[in-house]
Amino acid sequence: MHHPQVLRSQMRWECHGGQEESKQEQIYVGRSLMGPPTPFTLMPMPGVPITHTQQPYVTGTSVLGLIYEGGVLIAADTAGSYGSTTRFKSVERMKAVSNNTLLGASGEISDFQAITQLLDRLIVADAMWDDGNDLGPLDIHNYLTRVMYNRRNKFDPLWNTLILGGVKNGVKHLGSVSMIGVHYVDNHIATGFGIHLAQPIFREEWKENMTLEEGTRLLEKALLVLFYRDRSAINKIQVANVTEDGVHISQPYALKSEWNLEAFKNPTASAAGSW
Amino acid sequence: MRSWKLAKMSMVFAPRLAESAPTSHVGASWSPYDNNGGTCVAIAGADYCVIAADTRMSTGFSILTRDYSKIHHITEKCVLASSGFQADVRSLQKNLDARHQIYQHQHSKQMSCPAMAQLLSNTLYYKRFFPYYSFNVLGGLDNEGKGCVYTYDAVGSYERSGYSSQGSGQTLIMPVLDNQLKSASPLVLPPRESSTPLTESEAVDLIKDTFASAAERDIYTGDGVEIVIINKEGIRRETMALKRD
Repeated sequence: MHHPQVLRSQMRWECHGGQEESKQEQIYVGRSLMGPPTPFTLMPMPGVPITHTQQPYVTGTSVLGLIYEGGVLIAADTAGSYGSTTRFKSVERMKAVSNNTLLGASGEISDFQAITQLLDRLIVADAMWDDGNDLGPLDIHNYLTRVMYNRRNKFDPLWNTLILGGVKNGVKHLGSVSMIGVHYVDNHIATGFGIHLAQPIFREEWKENMTLEEGTRLLEKALLVLFYRDRSAINKIQVANVTEDGVHISQPYALKSEWNLEAFKNPTASAAGSW
Repeated sequence: MRSWKLAKMSMVFAPRLAESAPTSHVGASWSPYDNNGGTCVAIAGADYCVIAADTRMSTGFSILTRDYSKIHHITEKCVLASSGFQADVRSLQKNLDARHQIYQHQHSKQMSCPAMAQLLSNTLYYKRFFPYYSFNVLGGLDNEGKGCVYTYDAVGSYERSGYSSQGSGQTLIMPVLDNQLKSASPLVLPPRESSTPLTESEAVDLIKDTFASAAERDIYTGDGVEIVIINKEGIRRETMALKRD
């Protein structure tokens, strides 16, 4: 299911959730540990083409998030669309950033992967100070806002809408950053089609201090609506639970959907035609 | 070797030379701007200033959140309310904060409201050719303790006045404020104060009425209004719910 190359971040944090995967620790030492993160784009060099405003290629659709009594729940499907084709069906669109923060993204998958690499270096550089204080979800949210805004200023955006959730010192945080730097924080958040289809459901049914069970059911309800109505969504989802103690991303699973309707069984029954 | 030196020189002295390289322009679909809506109002009194803004943040025909503050305390006696493109607004607020911190280190005191007004104008004009899409109203107490309101366009043109509104509901609110607050011409004798003759609580009530009215017809204004009142006692904050449709 997962991308064959095992990433350091995936191993360290997801293991805490008690998954069945191998808990083998693999130390990867490379340039990433050499210092603080560096910007992506290099200075324009003569003769080298300048990349301006892009178009996205492989994209992910909505990401949903909500706060519940124990922390934050974030969910997304695992589809990577290539225009109107569902090209990849096992894409990780959510990644643990640290052991109390999770990042989910819609939009260009390669840009999301670049962002997770950047955050990896950031978290390591921060941990190396070993000063008893680590970056929390709010800090990372602010950092990502600056990253996205600065790329927008250079007319070279990272084509994502990010959802950042986590808990630190008992304070739960759930926020969003768009590709042009628009950012906000709320009790329930959605990106893309989720703004139109999921948020209204959340506004009606979200309440303070929902249990894990209630929160998961609410997310699944919204994801089901998205599966029915968003053509880039697939019925293979992951739900992530972020608490103060750790991040746990579920294995992908399907929702129960209903297709046994008359109109589907015999679509041409009432269609006019000469044959 | 020579061409390498030339390349280095071109980067230092004329970095724009790099743009003669082929660029890839893919369609015209992306805009660096968005309008996240919202309305800001401020009213200055003889010894107070009231600044208010709604709390709705939108994009296109969707509401992103109903509880986002457009009001920013920059100095002890000065409050900035801004609507427009939220990412630019936030960046502008941080920019002014940083400049204010430096000012405090250098002068061992806070910036006055008129000084901040000039700084804001200069900051906006600095990005005259890639503007902050931010419609600002600055309110506070001037050096004599009288209420002052400064109103701006997106590129820094500004003016001190007794009252102002900016943002998506500006055209709905401004005529109401003119009707209630507009003072006689400055040429009138005996000379009349330019600030509002209203009391502080009357000004707050007027603000509430204007926002309730704007929320009826402007789709980007609604959910709630945040009202900040500055007087010699300090700064206090009130909120009022608005229609959520």
